[in-house]
Amino acid sequence: MIRELAPFGAQMLLVLLLAPLLQGITVRVKARLLRRRGPPLIQPYRDLARLLRKEVVLAENASWLFRAAPYLIFALSWVAASLVPTFAIDLPLGRSADLIAIVALLATARFFLALAGLDVGTSFGGIGSSREVMIASLAEPAMIMIIFSLALVAGSTALSTISVFAMSPEVGLRVSLGLALVGLIMVAIAENARIPVDNPATHLELTMVHEAMVLEYSGRHLALIEAAAALKLLLYMSLLACIFAPWGIADAEADWTAWAIGGGAYVAKLAAGCVALAVFETAIAKMRVFRVPEFLGVALMLGLLATLLRLVSRSL
Amino acid sequence: MSALGVSAATSVVVILWCVAALIGVAVCAILAKGRAAATAFVYTVSFVVTAVATAIALSHLLEAPASPAATVLPAGLAWTGAHFRIDALAAFFLVVVNLGGAAASLYGLGYGRHETAPERVLPFYPAFLAGMNLVVIAADAFTFLLSWEFMSLASWALVVAHHHVAENIRAGTIYLLMASFGTLALLLAFGLLAGAEGTYVFSAIAERGAAPPVAALVLALVLIGTGSKAGLVPLHVWLPLAHPAAPNHVSALMSGVMTKVAVYGFIRIVFDLLGPPVWWWSMLVLGLAGITAVLGVLYALMQHDLKRLLAYHTVENIGIIFIGLGLALAFEANGLAVAAALAFTAALFHVLNHSVFKSLLFFGSGAVLSATGERDMEHLGGLIHRMPQTAFAFLVGSAAISALPPLNGFVSEWLTFQAILLSPALPQWGLRLLIPAVGAMLALSAALAAACFVKAFGVSFLGRPRSRAAARAREVDGFSIAAMLGLAALCVAGGVLPGVVMDALGPVARDLVGGQLAVRAPDAWLPIVPIAESRSSYNGLVIFALVAGAVLFAAAAIRIFGTGAARRSPAWDCGFPDPSPATQYSATSFAQPIRRVFGGMIFAAREQVEMPRPGEMRPARLRVALRDPVWEMLYAPIGMAVSRAADRLNPLQFLTIRRYLGLVFFALLSVLMVLALWP
Repeated sequence: MIRELAPFGAQMLLVLLLAPLLQGITVRVKARLLRRRGPPLIQPYRDLARLLRKEVVLAENASWLFRAAPYLIFALSWVAASLVPTFAIDLPLGRSADLIAIVALLATARFFLALAGLDVGTSFGGIGSSREVMIASLAEPAMIMIIFSLALVAGSTALSTISVFAMSPEVGLRVSLGLALVGLIMVAIAENARIPVDNPATHLELTMVHEAMVLEYSGRHLALIEAAAALKLLLYMSLLACIFAPWGIADAEADWTAWAIGGGAYVAKLAAGCVALAVFETAIAKMRVFRVPEFLGVALMLGLLATLLRLVSRSL
Repeated sequence: MSALGVSAATSVVVILWCVAALIGVAVCAILAKGRAAATAFVYTVSFVVTAVATAIALSHLLEAPASPAATVLPAGLAWTGAHFRIDALAAFFLVVVNLGGAAASLYGLGYGRHETAPERVLPFYPAFLAGMNLVVIAADAFTFLLSWEFMSLASWALVVAHHHVAENIRAGTIYLLMASFGTLALLLAFGLLAGAEGTYVFSAIAERGAAPPVAALVLALVLIGTGSKAGLVPLHVWLPLAHPAAPNHVSALMSGVMTKVAVYGFIRIVFDLLGPPVWWWSMLVLGLAGITAVLGVLYALMQHDLKRLLAYHTVENIGIIFIGLGLALAFEANGLAVAAALAFTAALFHVLNHSVFKSLLFFGSGAVLSATGERDMEHLGGLIHRMPQTAFAFLVGSAAISALPPLNGFVSEWLTFQAILLSPALPQWGLRLLIPAVGAMLALSAALAAACFVKAFGVSFLGRPRSRAAARAREVDGFSIAAMLGLAALCVAGGVLPGVVMDALGPVARDLVGGQLAVRAPDAWLPIVPIAESRSSYNGLVIFALVAGAVLFAAAAIRIFGTGAARRSPAWDCGFPDPSPATQYSATSFAQPIRRVFGGMIFAAREQVEMPRPGEMRPARLRVALRDPVWEMLYAPIGMAVSRAADRLNPLQFLTIRRYLGLVFFALLSVLMVLALWP
């Protein structure tokens, strides 16, 4: 059994080790675009290690939920991220959750994060939680509609099957897949609290959402939450990679060489994703909070449109 | 023979004895006239009886005998007698009713001691339980309607138990009106089903079926009759008034169980008695269900009364259940038996789940109420420190109702989504376009439910206390906590081992929609695979184990590489902490972004800010005005029309005896004319 589960364990370790690197690359590329030198790529690892060694400063009325939530958020995000195919499809345990369940695991993590924001009873925590659930209430239906359109094209909500379908010649260029891609990117931006929805680089701005919720966290708790955020970014990038760019991914009967090729291709795709994200974030300005519903409304409409197109014609 | 030594045929007799015992307890409670020992007696006996009934029903369901257990008592209509029967469907709903009943009775053992007027609650509580059991086992129209009305009246008496509160009286009146209206619709539906020959026994009706135009009319009447009891929009208006008015364990029964009895009524008539469905029925059901799900949760988000919020969530969940039932109708009408079984199983799974977590949440709100005397969330806060066990149980219930994995609520919604994804197989364009839209509504309602329960749990249990009552709260008694933790354990079990529940539901789906899902493979890892593994699968146990393993990994890594040191200090809050608890987010302010996004369109929400002029000492005020669209567009005009008609007819009260006799004569004449001209 250990032998069977080894590839899945490798995938879990891979996503955990790669996740901070994504933030490193993004920050570095953004700095370069602004003609700054930027921190080294391993800076996020150093930050996490430093936070782990620091003492936690708990607010006086923080409850057990406040202390337990970071562990749950980290665990849920990690499990969700490792259920998305990275270097190979059809790993054992990989079929324990389909795309809907993966998104729902992230929703569970968000549920606890929003509760943690309310726990100390400060106004910043409240504002973050309240806005986070508003954004989620639009992003999740949009995501479900995108999943519907993908599932209707590929005939499955299991990511391995969708990946196989995306590599097959019958997929072709479809309008519905294009709409789903744009919608998925918009949802990914909102879910990861990136510009233009939220700004990951600031703590002191009235429009912030994610950073306001985690304001009271410090030490190892903050490290876990930062790691969870990095894993979530990695999850969405692997999702885009395995659905829309599945090239190089190893299939079920693969051996070590195929896995190595898959791993190399995966890292390259992630790096490309980070560069694209950095360019996009540098080129665009943050929007007001109440413009976000319109932004996500567009994503929802794209998902719905993609689903309906698929119903109108099998080839669209 | 079952494990309990009760053969399948006698299970109906045992259930009837349970009902008799409950009615006997009700009579004893009347005789006891609210003596101190009566509370313990009533709830103990109710607990034992419902626990026995749960075991009997469960063994009947798992054993799945080929022929249903039936018996006829010499009561009811003289020429038919009172028929009772337990088939797989009835057995499943008996489990739901009695499981909820047992939990509520256990909770009542502790909570009932705080009751100020026990003589107004104790006699009706076991009667209510008896009524719900009778509805589920009734097998002829007369017994069914009689039990239905008995259940309604018993619950009405419990709603107005605290009759000194004017609000409760209003709730009771509206409930009585809507319940009578619903029963009237059911009466007419059964009249149409019975036809000219007057066949009232269910098995005879099911054999006979109904002609298409009559069947459509019956469907509409059944939607009104059972929908008004279950809380389908726009017939839900009584529910958020009446459910919170009752004592909490009764609220739990009304929301968690009685609405399910209404769902049972719908399934029994539409899937069993009405014959093969027509595809457009499902459009009607799906449309109503989608609107119910979204409107229910949006109403809930606007509430800051904890019990009313929970009652509106019942409306939402009924919408989710009816989405599953509507899908099952659509698939069944097109002969897609396996897809119909999937949708039907999803709906029944959600019935069970909702009865468990809604009871749990109402128990939690009852614990808060007895600890603080408050239902208004704006006066709560910080209860997690003072009521840790209640807070934990309420948290599990909140996560379960928000459809979060690895708990049970997620599995039933996931199954519903999987059923929705089978919609391209349907030939009708209307359904193929409607079902994805309903899917979007389902997704929206799930996301909004999570938002609403972040609000409900966060504002009530987290943060700092907003009133002195909340600051001085104490943990509640052991019975209440046992009931809550027991239900929380069921929420986890249902989510981690969904395959067991789905296998148990197999015979019900086979009986009602003619298809059956593949029985779970005897795999050590227990995944659920609705159609095929390449299509979709979910494994709650593995997910649960992985998450638990990841938590342990994180804890171990911190032990090795980090430090476990912690220090308490004042909150940081970006350097500007304010000692007043009023600076926290409240329930109203938490919902403000969502109110701004959705409320303007649906509730005509308006926010008015009243700023004092410079130099004035009075505080600024923010007023939020919401309008209830259903009440204003439907019920207010009906109420106006009724009172206007009553004014017009008022002169009829003051006629001479001659004119009265004339009126009676004309009435008789017209009835005879109708009878004479009737084909």
